[in-house]
Amino acid sequence: PVPPLPEKGGEVRHGLIPEEFFQFLYPKTGVTGPYMLGTGLLLYLLSKEIYVVNHETAAAACILTVLVYAIKKFGPNVAAFADKLNEEKMASALAMKNDTIQTLQTAIEEEKKEQWRAEGRSYLFDARRNNIAMLLEANYRERLLMVYNEVKKRLDYQVALQNLKRQKEQDHMIQWVEKSVVQSITPQQQKESIAKCILDLKALSKSAHAAV
Amino acid sequence: CGSSVVLLKDTKLMDVKLGQLGSWLAMRDFTPGGILGAIRRGHERYYNKYINVKKGGLGGLSMVLAGYVILSYMWSYSHIKHDRRRKYH
Repeated sequence: PVPPLPEKGGEVRHGLIPEEFFQFLYPKTGVTGPYMLGTGLLLYLLSKEIYVVNHETAAAACILTVLVYAIKKFGPNVAAFADKLNEEKMASALAMKNDTIQTLQTAIEEEKKEQWRAEGRSYLFDARRNNIAMLLEANYRERLLMVYNEVKKRLDYQVALQNLKRQKEQDHMIQWVEKSVVQSITPQQQKESIAKCILDLKALSKSAHAAV
Repeated sequence: CGSSVVLLKDTKLMDVKLGQLGSWLAMRDFTPGGILGAIRRGHERYYNKYINVKKGGLGGLSMVLAGYVILSYMWSYSHIKHDRRRKYH
């Protein structure tokens, strides 16, 4: 991974001269050394006119004054603004990273739950197997009942047939016997039976008279 | 023999003693590739020290501008010479 950026840049004094220069001269000349060097250098340049004072110097002086004033006044504001921009960028990147991590975490959780659910498949299959077995059983019993009913109907028919036949035979025989008996009663017998009946009636009436 | 320490190819300038300066300078790589490499290294050093930081300050930019001002003054000195106020110094 990329190492983080350093917090602050190299130290620069007065915005122009790096701090290393001051540290370089400190052991030999102490604190005022670089300033004395600067003054001497400036005076040398001016006196030998290696640095010429002309219209550009006046322009440079004005510009530098305005620049220094502006920097002193608005520097901290600009720095705070830039820092805020940086902060926002970092925060958004961090938020994105955290969101992605969160999403992946929830995905992992979901995955684990799915795995746990998949383990319950065996119960599902058992239930389904039971269902199918019950269906088969019900179907089998239904058909069994149907077979039983059909067979019973057939057998009942046979029984009814036999009963009917016997009844018809009985009726026919009774009728035939009656007919033959009636036929066998000759007029001779009829007269005899009527006479007998009259005698019996007389006897009965006598006994009845006696009873009353 | 001039030096007590043998000069290696990549001793830094601050570690070179004054007498060895000539031989050190002769040792340096002055091919175009070498010069380009030197410019790149210098730029990277400056950039990573003063500009590529979290809270960069004014110095990083102002030093570059000051260097530019001084360089342009040096290049146009022969023209500015005519504005001198005294002839003899």
